[in-house]
Amino acid sequence: MTMACPGCVAVPLEREIAPTASDIVLHLPDIHCAACIATVEDGLGALSGVRDVRVNLTQKRAFVSAAAGTDADRLIAALAGLGHRAQVLDGNTLAGQGAAGQDLLMRIGVAGFAMMNVMLLSVAVWSGAADTTRHVFHLIAAAIALPAVAFSARPFFASAFRALSVGRLNMDVPIALAIGLSAAVSLAGALGVSDRASWFDAALALTFFLLIGRYLDHLGRHAAKSAAADLAALASPQAILVQGGRDSVVRADVLVPGDVIRVTPGSRIPADGVILEGRTELDCAALTGETRPDLRSVGQDVAAGEMNLTAPLLVRCTRAGTDTTLRRLSDLIASAEMQKSRYAGLADRAARLYAPAVHLLGLLAFFGWWWASLDAGRALEVAISVLVITCPCALGLAVPAVSTVTTARLFRLGLLVKSRTALERLSEVDEVVFDKTGTLTTGVPVLENLPSDAHLALAAGLAVGSSHPLSRAISAAAGLRSLTPVVVRDVQEIAGCGVTASLDGQPVRLGRPAWVAPGVAAPDASEVWLQRGEGAQAVFRFAEALRPEAAACITALRADGIRVALLSGDAPEAVARIADGLDFDEVQARMTPEGKVAWLQARAAAGRRVLMVGDGLNDTGALAVAHASLAPSTALDAARSLADVVLLSDSLMPVREALAQSRKARSRMGQNMALALGYNLISVPLALAGLATPLIAAIAMSTSSLTVSANAMRPSK
Amino acid sequence: MNVLVFLIPVSVTLGLLGLGGFVWTLRSRQYEDPEGDRERILDDRWDDTPKP
Repeated sequence: MTMACPGCVAVPLEREIAPTASDIVLHLPDIHCAACIATVEDGLGALSGVRDVRVNLTQKRAFVSAAAGTDADRLIAALAGLGHRAQVLDGNTLAGQGAAGQDLLMRIGVAGFAMMNVMLLSVAVWSGAADTTRHVFHLIAAAIALPAVAFSARPFFASAFRALSVGRLNMDVPIALAIGLSAAVSLAGALGVSDRASWFDAALALTFFLLIGRYLDHLGRHAAKSAAADLAALASPQAILVQGGRDSVVRADVLVPGDVIRVTPGSRIPADGVILEGRTELDCAALTGETRPDLRSVGQDVAAGEMNLTAPLLVRCTRAGTDTTLRRLSDLIASAEMQKSRYAGLADRAARLYAPAVHLLGLLAFFGWWWASLDAGRALEVAISVLVITCPCALGLAVPAVSTVTTARLFRLGLLVKSRTALERLSEVDEVVFDKTGTLTTGVPVLENLPSDAHLALAAGLAVGSSHPLSRAISAAAGLRSLTPVVVRDVQEIAGCGVTASLDGQPVRLGRPAWVAPGVAAPDASEVWLQRGEGAQAVFRFAEALRPEAAACITALRADGIRVALLSGDAPEAVARIADGLDFDEVQARMTPEGKVAWLQARAAAGRRVLMVGDGLNDTGALAVAHASLAPSTALDAARSLADVVLLSDSLMPVREALAQSRKARSRMGQNMALALGYNLISVPLALAGLATPLIAAIAMSTSSLTVSANAMRPSK
Repeated sequence: MNVLVFLIPVSVTLGLLGLGGFVWTLRSRQYEDPEGDRERILDDRWDDTPKP
């Protein structure tokens, strides 16, 4: 094997780092076993145009290398046939994610190798090697340790240098001092300038343990970043741009005001604009929380995020890209984000106290010993031993180890933790606020009553081509009863009213009661009537479906002593229908986005720590100001990117689990900090007294790091 | 103690071999999908012939 420079090796070949542009990355939320891997790889591999498929179970992704022009939708359809949900991820957003982690792993490997070898040599010295042997061992240790320290500890040196060059102290300054000074003093010993003890093993052990802490921290950050990239990649909304009479598909963020776009039924409007052509119903639930579709026609405004339900539209953009409706809330969100980024985690607070304390101790030790013994070399040695022993190996591991373990545990439960301080903030939550549409409910209406098979099959025949949520609910209900939709002719969808068609020469109408049978008193908006010819009307009644385990989750949260509230933008009747069966402490309807923010700020002022669970644009402000926030994966990208945690499963039960796990994690972090400090309390007096030898330093460092890691991994309960 | 002249180079070389092995595993992306690799051992698709 040829040994290359580890620094070059750490940067992976370009081919290996991420899929090339023609490749397709799919997100497969449901895969979990060897059989799933085999099904997906074989199923996709059998498609024409697919060259190679590799499933990554850890990231729940499939990397597909395919011929240019292969349609990702075809892959998704094939996977759906095999029973796997899939979404396309934007390969460009994901490119280059793993490089930093690989780099750190390489440094850990080099430090670990060097530490083991130098430790072996040191053991010989500790157990009594003398004279020439001792000297040769020193030299060999130097030959191994110096290049290893120079390579492995570079992140610490670089960070310390950056901090010092702007006149600040950070956690890495004492680390770099301890590593650098101990290596330098040991080198002087090895070259025979002085006969001080060798601290090479301590310098390497420090580097090794600190790098592990750094790597765990990186994993946490990376998980957060890749979650955000995943979600950004998931979203990348597209628009159909009409230019010179031709349609082309572009990314929504390249649209500029004045562009004319086509919006097909069933898709979200990508930018704010005015309707040029068409008349349709729009589902505004994401913006206002209202479940009832809104009828719009030529000349009226539409907003990004609204869902086109019935007819194709031509829209002239007035505001596009990052400048859309979200702007209304953006000031609010920016200020709230500021507040949140000021939240100092346990580790940050410890670091803030730690750096000055260590410098002070080191200096005191140096000058104290110098004054007492008038021996600068001896004083420097004591100062180094103080720096080495107080070095935050265990402290650096205490928090990241726990968050890594807990984040992984939550991921298995279907929760993606995006923010680094989210766990600590979640652990303080004492009140949970739900949004209604799309959060507490699935956002999809379901058929509530039981019409006869004949009526349902006929209604399904009319509904089959429509993307209106009620039509879909009818089709779904017919599918559940395995009914074949009746074939009807001349299907025409009339925006705001319903669908007409003809069957055996008779007109059939499915739609709003007031339109199907004018003159008959219409009861409720969530009803649809079906009429064939002049016959009697069949009634289809719809209800919003609660997410699985919504009721159980709320009851369990209240049993944990947490207040639960419902804030919805929907009409009071609709909210009351949902809230009736559930055990809420407080229910508010017709809340504007600003209203939700004000409500949350009032709670915060009253000293409550609130977890906001929401999915729509109307929740973004609330998600931003809440102490912690959670969004379901079906939420709009604006909401998902703001939320600290994204709920991947359909069930709401993981919400409670997230709170319980974060409280456990928080107490584990506390224990770890106490353990780390405990070790320091014992070993620092030893070091100050000048009793700490490299052997004692090595033992104290490894045992404290190991105890802290073991405590983090310890299974709960 | 003269035996050290051989033993130390031998031990350092063995260590370097280990480091080389680690570098190789890292470069061939063996740490990217630990869960997938754990499951793939149960996969019998390539038992008779290796994957082309």
